[in-house]
Amino acid sequence: MPSSSAQQVLPTIQPMEAIDASPGDVVVLVGTTKGLFSLSSGPGRDAWTLTGPWFQGEEINAATLDCRNGRTRLLVGATSSHWGPSVYRSDDLGASWVEPEPHTLAFPDVVGAAVARVWQLQPAGDAQPDVVYAGVEPAALFRSDDGGESFRLDEGLWGHPHRPQWEPGGGGLCLHTVIPDPSGGPRLGIAVSAAGFYRTMDGQTWEAANNGIRAPFLPEPTPEFGQCVHKVDGHPTEPDTLFLQHHWGVYRSEDFGGQWTEVGADSLSSTFGFPIVVDPNEPGTVYVLPLTSDEFRCAPEGHFQVFRTTDGGRSWHGLDKGLPQESAWLSVLRDGFSADTLSPAGLYAGTRTGEVFASSDAGESWRELARHLPPVLCVKPAVLR
Amino acid sequence: MRVVVRLASALRTYAGGAPRLELDLPAPVTVAHVLDAIDVAHPAVGRRLRDEVGIVRRHVNVFVGPDNVRDLDDADTVVPEGAEVAMLAAVSGG
Repeated sequence: MPSSSAQQVLPTIQPMEAIDASPGDVVVLVGTTKGLFSLSSGPGRDAWTLTGPWFQGEEINAATLDCRNGRTRLLVGATSSHWGPSVYRSDDLGASWVEPEPHTLAFPDVVGAAVARVWQLQPAGDAQPDVVYAGVEPAALFRSDDGGESFRLDEGLWGHPHRPQWEPGGGGLCLHTVIPDPSGGPRLGIAVSAAGFYRTMDGQTWEAANNGIRAPFLPEPTPEFGQCVHKVDGHPTEPDTLFLQHHWGVYRSEDFGGQWTEVGADSLSSTFGFPIVVDPNEPGTVYVLPLTSDEFRCAPEGHFQVFRTTDGGRSWHGLDKGLPQESAWLSVLRDGFSADTLSPAGLYAGTRTGEVFASSDAGESWRELARHLPPVLCVKPAVLR
Repeated sequence: MRVVVRLASALRTYAGGAPRLELDLPAPVTVAHVLDAIDVAHPAVGRRLRDEVGIVRRHVNVFVGPDNVRDLDDADTVVPEGAEVAMLAAVSGG
């Protein structure tokens, strides 16, 4: 384990102010193509403060605020187009940052691969308060058992016989989703574009779990793997149920990916989209952001709206109060939409054109929290403990 | 043999703020030797220059004197006595 004395203190990046937040406040980390921002508010979510950018000029594809086990730790996956990827952390809400030394979010020498980008930093549940997973490009999973200070490669997934046949999606061959077992057990799910959903039940052996997901872009309509899964989400109180936004279609599974059933084809404005978010309070309530086709990838008819189901995907309804509804050719990437853990749920959507929209009433109404940011790559809210 | 390495400004903080590194290496010295020595002395600089496979990052330029080593023998380029090695950011990038 790296010692604190060996950690690299980063240079001052102006402005290097800390996030001004206290326990109970909401902090929304906004990763962009040009650095990290935060939006913070009291529990009422009515007045917001924009802070940043940190890591100016770097892509922030992954960020999380880890408040488990007494921490208040920001973890950020940043990629410099010149100097490559790294993971940084701050235990003082952004006033100072350290980079672990030795740097272990890297492939071992024998693997012969290099991390190009960190796509996901996913803390496990409270039952595993020191575990953090990292998904990277090329698609691989790393695990930390010390809150993100050091990582090791999941060799079982890396050694999967399918892996040499995985094909990259438009964003690269990225492992972008990690679904930990909320009970602290070994079960784990991951998603790769464009390889599909994979799961392990014992923490060691992995299997493709894409039964029922159509892949019209492949010769075999329902192959074992190769699906372009854009995002998967679940709810800790119903851990067997998952919702999945595929390149074509929204799907639901009742057995942690053993079988998938398409939902919403008759009521969504488009079945194409990237993010999918399960409500933190209602396991049957799910949100998606439809985009027109895989070729256009903008809000259908320039009408930006969130679609919500409250019955587990059987029916979906558009929500657009406060969202731009004319000439709004917006799009949101797979990690650009997320929910906080308050009730009613706070929802946050960051667009590729630098707006951040938020709802504090589970999508019923929306307001714009920020505009003119660089293109948003990820939006990650948390409630400070 | 003493080799002076000039660092791009963005790299200096990872080398304690030093604009230049002075390395003592057994002759003959190649660019690979210089990069290996940086990996040991300043690993946070080293990984910003090369990835885990050992490839110099796409938007990093390494010069020996006035010459970009991509126009010479890449990492096998020999560093002559007295030549400065410069690790600089390319004008490309995001």
